[in-house]
Formats: sequence, C-alpha cells, structure tokens
Amino acid sequence: MVGRLSKRLAHTVLLLLCAVFLSYVIASAALSPRAYFEDRQPRPSAATVNHELALLGADDRTPVLERFGHWSWRAVHGDLGRTVDGDSVNDEFGRRIGVSTRLLLVGTLVGTGLGVLAGLWAAVRRHRLPDRALTVFSFLVLSVPTFVLALLFKEGALWFNQSAGHTVIRYTGERTPGLTGSLATHLKDRAVHLALPAATVALCAIASYSRYQRAATLDVLGSDHLRTAQAKGLTPGRALLRHGLRTSLIPLTTFFSFGFLTLFTGAVFTEQIFGWPGMGSWFMDSAQKGDINAVVAVNLFAAVTVLLAGFVADVLHAVLDPRVRGR
Amino acid sequence: MTAPTVLDVRDLHVSYADASGAALPVVRGVGFSLRRGEVLGLVGESGAGKTATALALLGLLPPGARTSGSARLLGTELIGLPVRELAGLRGRRIAMVFQDPLAAFNPAQRVGDQIGEALRIHQRPRPRRESVRRRVLELLEGVRVPDPVRSARSYPHELSGGLRQRAMIAMAIANDPDVIVADEPTSALDATVQAQVLDALDSARRATGAALLLVSHDLGVIAGAADRVAVMYAGRIVETAPVDALFAAPRMPYTLGLLGSVPRLDTAVPLTPVPGVPPAPGRAGPGCAFAPRCPLASAACLEVEPELTGAQDHLAACVRPGALAGRSATDLFPASAPARRIPPGGAPLLRVTGLAKSYPLPGRPAARLRRRPEGTRLAVERVDLEVRRGETVALVGESGSGKTSTLMEIIALGPPESGSIEIAGYDTSALSRSDVRRLRGSVQILVQDPMASLDPRMRVADLVAEPLRAQRFPRDAIAARVPELLRRVGLEAADAELRPHRFSGGQRQRIALARALAVGPELLLLDEPVSALDVSVQAGILDLLRRLREGHGPACLFVTHDLAVVRQIADRVVVMYGGRTVESGSVADVFDRPRHPYTRALLSAVPLPDPPAERARARIVLPGEPPGAAERSAGCRFRGRCPVYATLGAERTRCERETPVPVGADPLAGHTAACHFPHGTEGASLRLGSEPEEHPPVR
Repeated sequence: MVGRLSKRLAHTVLLLLCAVFLSYVIASAALSPRAYFEDRQPRPSAATVNHELALLGADDRTPVLERFGHWSWRAVHGDLGRTVDGDSVNDEFGRRIGVSTRLLLVGTLVGTGLGVLAGLWAAVRRHRLPDRALTVFSFLVLSVPTFVLALLFKEGALWFNQSAGHTVIRYTGERTPGLTGSLATHLKDRAVHLALPAATVALCAIASYSRYQRAATLDVLGSDHLRTAQAKGLTPGRALLRHGLRTSLIPLTTFFSFGFLTLFTGAVFTEQIFGWPGMGSWFMDSAQKGDINAVVAVNLFAAVTVLLAGFVADVLHAVLDPRVRGR
Repeated sequence: MTAPTVLDVRDLHVSYADASGAALPVVRGVGFSLRRGEVLGLVGESGAGKTATALALLGLLPPGARTSGSARLLGTELIGLPVRELAGLRGRRIAMVFQDPLAAFNPAQRVGDQIGEALRIHQRPRPRRESVRRRVLELLEGVRVPDPVRSARSYPHELSGGLRQRAMIAMAIANDPDVIVADEPTSALDATVQAQVLDALDSARRATGAALLLVSHDLGVIAGAADRVAVMYAGRIVETAPVDALFAAPRMPYTLGLLGSVPRLDTAVPLTPVPGVPPAPGRAGPGCAFAPRCPLASAACLEVEPELTGAQDHLAACVRPGALAGRSATDLFPASAPARRIPPGGAPLLRVTGLAKSYPLPGRPAARLRRRPEGTRLAVERVDLEVRRGETVALVGESGSGKTSTLMEIIALGPPESGSIEIAGYDTSALSRSDVRRLRGSVQILVQDPMASLDPRMRVADLVAEPLRAQRFPRDAIAARVPELLRRVGLEAADAELRPHRFSGGQRQRIALARALAVGPELLLLDEPVSALDVSVQAGILDLLRRLREGHGPACLFVTHDLAVVRQIADRVVVMYGGRTVESGSVADVFDRPRHPYTRALLSAVPLPDPPAERARARIVLPGEPPGAAERSAGCRFRGRCPVYATLGAERTRCERETPVPVGADPLAGHTAACHFPHGTEGASLRLGSEPEEHPPVR
C-alpha cells in the first residue's frame, strides 16, 4: 500500500508541475502587465515600462518559455517574484495563505461532516418529510451560484443586525481591527467573523455531499452484508453504524477529490464578498491588474490544495477499503 | 422418543407491495415444524417463496414486506416481535447462512473480527478479547478451514468462495443456535467445493445439535442432506414428506414434474419439462395454483385451493392425491421422442490445437504493452478439442478452468495467442475480411444470461433478424424467416412484435436461440445456456436443443459446469482443469470409466437426486479449491489436490517436473487423459482400490 501511495504521490507532483506550467503560460497570454503600466498617470515612457517589466520578469518581448525558465529557476529557490506594485509575492502569499486555509479547512470539514450525517439521516428516513426537505434544500443550494448565496447571507446578517439593534453577526474581514483583550476574546471575535463565510462554503458542501451520501447509504441499506449483520443480532441502527457507514463512505472518497475543486472556486467568491484578505480576493485583484506573478502564485496554491485533497482522498480510500490496498 | 420441536411455523403469510401499493402475496399460508437435529429441505423454483419464508423467520425481509401468521421458536412467537427482542434471538437462537458469502460479509472487516462480533453481541458478560480470538479459531477449525489463523486475519475478498462459505457457517454456529436457516448455501459454488461446504454444514449441525432449514433449488443437494422435504409452489407448500417417500412416490403432480425435469448423472433418461410457467404473485387461483399446468387437472381443481392433507407424515395439496400411484413423470408430462440424428462423423468442423490465452495482471497494463509473460496469467494454457459435423461436444470444468475463455477465443475468429483454431477448414490466423464475415454466419453463440443478452429496447423480430441483416439477407427473406424461427424454438409468430421484458427467463433464452439459429450456423457455441434457468424450464430448453440436432442440425460446443446436463445432451466430453484439457472422450467412456483423477472427483461430487443412492455413494472430497488463471509452471496443475499424487512415492517427481500430455488408453475410442498415473493402469487403480465403486479396467 505504501508503494502504491508513493507512486500516486509521484504522479501528483508531476501533475503539479504541469498545472504550474500551464497556468504560467495561460496567465502570460491572457494578462497584460504592459497595459497596467502604460495606463498610469502620468504615462511613463516606453523605456520605463520595459524596465519595470524586466524587473518583474514579465517582458512580453522575451519568449514565454524563456520567461517561465527564469521564473521557475527563482521559484525553485523559494522566490515567487514581485507583484506589479513591487512588493514581494512571497510576503503577500505568506499573509494570505493562512486566511484561505482557515476558511477552506473549516468550511470543508464542517461541510463534509454535516453532509455525510444529513445524507445518512435522509437515507434512513427515505421518502419521508426529512428526506424530502433535504432534497429540496440541496437542489435549491446547488442551483444558486455561490456569490448569490454569499450576498444573501450578507443581506440577511445586515437585516438581523438592524433588527437586533447592535452588531451580532460580523461579516466583514477576518477579525475586528485593533481589538484588545484576552485570547478568549480574540477567538470569539474570529469565530463570529468566520461564521458566515464558512457557512457559505459549508452549505455548498452539505448540499452535494448529502446527495451522494444518501445514495451510497441506500445502496448499503440494501446490501447483503448489512442483512448478515442483523442476522447476527445487531439492531438495524447499530448494523448501519458499525457496518454500513464505513462501506458507504468508500465511494464518497472519490467524489471528495473532485468536489474539493468546486468548493475552492466557491471560496474565491466568498472571500471577495466578505472582504477576507485571502487567496481568492488576491486572485481577483491581481487578475484585474494583469499581475502574472501573483496570479501564478494563487494558481500554485490552488493546484497544491486540490492535488492534496485528491491524495488525502486516496489515503482515505485505502484506509476504508482493504480491497484496494494489495494492488 | 421423537426429539422436541424447536420451530413451529403455522399459516405464515408474506406479501410485498407492488408499485401501486397493492399487496402481492409471495408466501401464502406456509406451515411446518422442525425438531431438534432435523434437516428440513425446502425446495421449489425461483419465485416459489422459499427465500421469503426463510427471511420472514428472522424478520429480515426488506422494508415494505408484510408478514403475518405464526412462527414459534422454542415457544417464543417470532412474527411481530419488536426488533430489539428479535435482535436478541437472531444469531443466538436462530442463525442464518446466506447464498453469496462474498456479498454477505462486510468487505472492509477481517473475517475473524466478523465472526467474533457474533460472539460479542450476545455473550454476557462481554467476553475478553483473547477468549473471543480462541473461540473464533475453534469455530473455523470446526468447519475444517485449513489454516484458521490466516483465514481469520484475512479480508473476505482474500478468501476463496468455499472458505468464505465455511467461515459464514462458523459465524452462524458461533452461539450454538437451535435453528440454522441456510438459503441456497452452495448454489454459488463449484461442484467439488459444494461437497466440502455441505460436509462443513453437516458437521456444524451435528456439533450444535441445531435443526437445519435447508433452502435449495437443487434436488440432488436436498436428496443427500435432508431428512424431510417440503416442496413449494406459488407461495405454498404443496407436498411434504420424508425424503425417501417424496422422491420415490410423490403425490402432487408438480413434485413429479419437478423430479422428472432434473437431469441425472448416472443415466440418460428423457427429461419431462413441465409446460407453462408458475403464476406471478397475486395471479394464482382461485383453485390450485398448479392446475393450469397440470395434466391431471379437473374442474374441481379450479374451484378451491386444496389443503395439505394425507396420512401420517406424507402430505400433499392435491384433490386427487392417489392419482399418481404407480405413474412416472414420463406418463404424465410429454417427453420428446429420441431425436433421429444423422450420426456425426467426417472431417472435424472445429479443430482447436494447443490453444493458449493469457490476460495481463490487474494494475499492470505495462506488462501487456511489453508482452512480458511474468505480468500475465494464463487463463487457457493448452486446449485441444475437435467437433465434427452434427456432433455435440461438452466442455466441462469448474469456474476459472478456462472454458469460457476458450469459447471466446474461438468466436473471436482471429489469430490465437498460440496454438491454432480451424473452423470448417479455415485457419483463423489467416482469414481475409470476407472470410471472417462468412464464418460469422456459420459460427453463432448463445450465452448464459438471456436477461443481459437481449437489448431491452428492440422488438423480438428485430433481435432475431439482426444476424440476417448482418449477413445481408434480402428484406423479404428476413420477413419470412423470423416467424419460422420463432416457431422452431417453441414461440409464436405473434411474439415477434413484443419486447424482451414481456418474456420469462426460459422464453428469453428461446429468443436468443432463435437469433443464434437465424443464419443457419454450422457450429453453435453455447456458454452455460441453461444454468441461469429453473430445472423445469431448463428441461424444456435441453429438450429443444436436442430436437434441433435432428437432420442436419448444427454441431454444438456446449460449455457447462453441470455434468448431469452433459450426460443428457452431449456425444463427447472434454474436461478442463486449470486451463488445460485433462480428459476427453465419448460421454459413455468418460462418465463410466473416467481415467483422470480430477474427472473422477468431479463426477463423484455431483449429487444424485435419489436419496438412497446419494447416501450410499462414496464421494471423493477434494481438498482445496479450483485454481483460477495460473502462473506458468512445470508439472501437473492438479497435483496439489490430487488423491493419486498424495499416495505416490518417489514417482511423484514426475508429476512435479513433467507436464502431462493427453494420452489415449485406446486410440480407436479416442478416450484420452492427461495424467501420468491414470485410473485403469496398474499402479493407480491399486492405490485407489479402497473406493467402493470399482470401475472395470479399460480393455
């Protein structure tokens, strides 16, 4: 099994290199930092612009492969270059990575956990009110784009705060600037800020995972081995928890690796709308400025997290299902 | 002196809800009782309500099923018992063995842990880990699992079918139950493995003193294992009697028809298919459910459903229980006259020589690309066979022996991996495209599962016409030929407009046969064509196949694992083991004077539907399991399980080093065996001399 996973890890690294190369080439083709500099007031001279571009390593007169060569040489040495505004991409990356990771981690964990539980519950109560309600909820959430959902949450929070008379739910930023107090105060402040964005990310996860978990559980509910568990003397509920839950999670692991990408895309909009200084909002800002280095850095982050999610899913699959281990 | 009753079932009813919510009765008033240590065989064809009855006893029917009536286990009423209390009885007082042991085990948990769980659920105070482990090993040893420690640590998919089913039996007897319910415990297993599992079930039952309800469609299994038999038809028990009385003198016409449909290994007797099909749930009645198919039915039969009546312990649900006295199945049901056949002969139509076929190991596609033998497994290692014009040759062997792979290599009409295939004088490795198309018309195939082999969206007419269109027959010729083909396979011309879902399994297999016959093939390849069918339906298809060979019928290569079927239908037989031909010859030669030890064991593993004969028969129970696709190695494939090899002294090195090739005992009869020490030669017959049935030595 270790051999299989390490082989898989090697594939993952190869995929990562492809992803980085493609995102560099595409970003270079689609974005024009030259236009960003030329639009400055007062308009800089051509020589100045060329000088700036050369400093960024984004001079469109050198071939893109050569530029990628320079970029990757520096990247291997731990330097992701400079932003169009002259700051270090590394510094900005370091500031924002924690923000995005916290949001994604909490959203994914809460979403997957609740999604699985909701799916299990719906399968056990299939065709009854809870199941139907969950079905309607899921399709509603899935058919609404994430940014609409986020805006709705924000409006809801605004209305709630207004009717409560003071700010209960905070929906801008990750923390209250200049807050003083104990660790508990800080944690509470963070949690209050996290609630809505995390809920937005989690809700999408709940909606889709619960559908898959419901179907997988229904499969298991009709399976022979669950019947055997009951024939041994387990009550239906215990049989499902002891023997059904684990087998029903096996197909979900595959889905998890794909579903994570959707969550990530959703998180980009969520960050933007709730004013979280994370990777998603950085991506939006940089793309507007034509900042190739920053966009590639965000793509690198996205590629690593998505591939990591796939690897975690593989490990989970092997842990849950002994049948795939030996191969 | 009779043992106390442990399970008493009375007037048990089970119904499922159909799509519209109406109740469909599948079990209608079943009653029986089981005494301590007794084995009751519950037989019937699919849909008769056997499994529903078994599951109802444990309350394991799928949601939506409604159960009523009474089933008392040691005085406790099981029907309507709250789930919590029922769970306390399940696995402790009443345990179950399921049909498919791979599906019945949790795939993600070690077998030993699953058996141990049965102990931990019921034993109070909770047993210690070490004592559970010891007891699990004891249980596995009790059902003769060869390496209990290893098996207990294995996951279900790592064990073979036979070991899994024995582990399932060990799990069922973990808490010394009073009743074991076994639902088709050996139907998914090979013949040689079936014998091992039935032995394990028997010793498990003896060890616990439990009563056994053995549900099976296989009358041979029932004949050997049961003390009493209950025959089910359309949700009711229609006859129940001690096993000898039931097989010797059935009183219900259905039982007689069922017994007459079972092919026997010991003699070729005309089979008597029971015409018609059982009624669908809810469609039976008002009279006897069997009356529409019964040759003895009178007006009285159609009025009221008869109750089980009779003297002593032989009861039958028939208005004229005495009417069958002295009658045999052939008196009652039409058996076809022996077919007038042109004796097969002449040049071989199909000649397969030294055929081999390998598949890449899973997860190693690179090996296939580089054609490296170490990354592959041999499904077929060396097969030689011949089929002459008009002849039926049976290719027999257990699962994994390479039968189907051989068939698929023949139908591929391409160059084989090694060896050669010659069809009607053409070598398949050197066929032009037009040759291939012409040969496609002369070689047709009929596969096992008629549910899967017919496109559900096509009309029967289009299904049957498809090979004709492929062979570019003119349109009007096709239109004329389809009804003729349907009549030839026992269907009606009007059926051409319907789609496959309107037909039963047997009828669908007839449609598939009409399609295979459409272009008038010279060679018909049949891959287990009757093993998915109930016996009474199977008899009808076998009868049809036999009649097809009248006159200038096609030559048939018939792949099957069922030796009794071979006896009824084949001229010659080729036995395969581990991808090799081990014995071939005429059916009479091979069945009556088998020479290869594997053939002898295989024949002895087939249960006879005749209780006294079945009990008297000595079985050669082989150790181990049939091999799947194998690694390349020298020597005899069979030696690990071979009873002859086990008795050999220094000569055994020959079995280890030399791969045996088919050798004829008598070149004229064409009876060959690939064995260094075949039965009938000096040394070997002396060593197996302890067997009760001695075969006369070959001339």
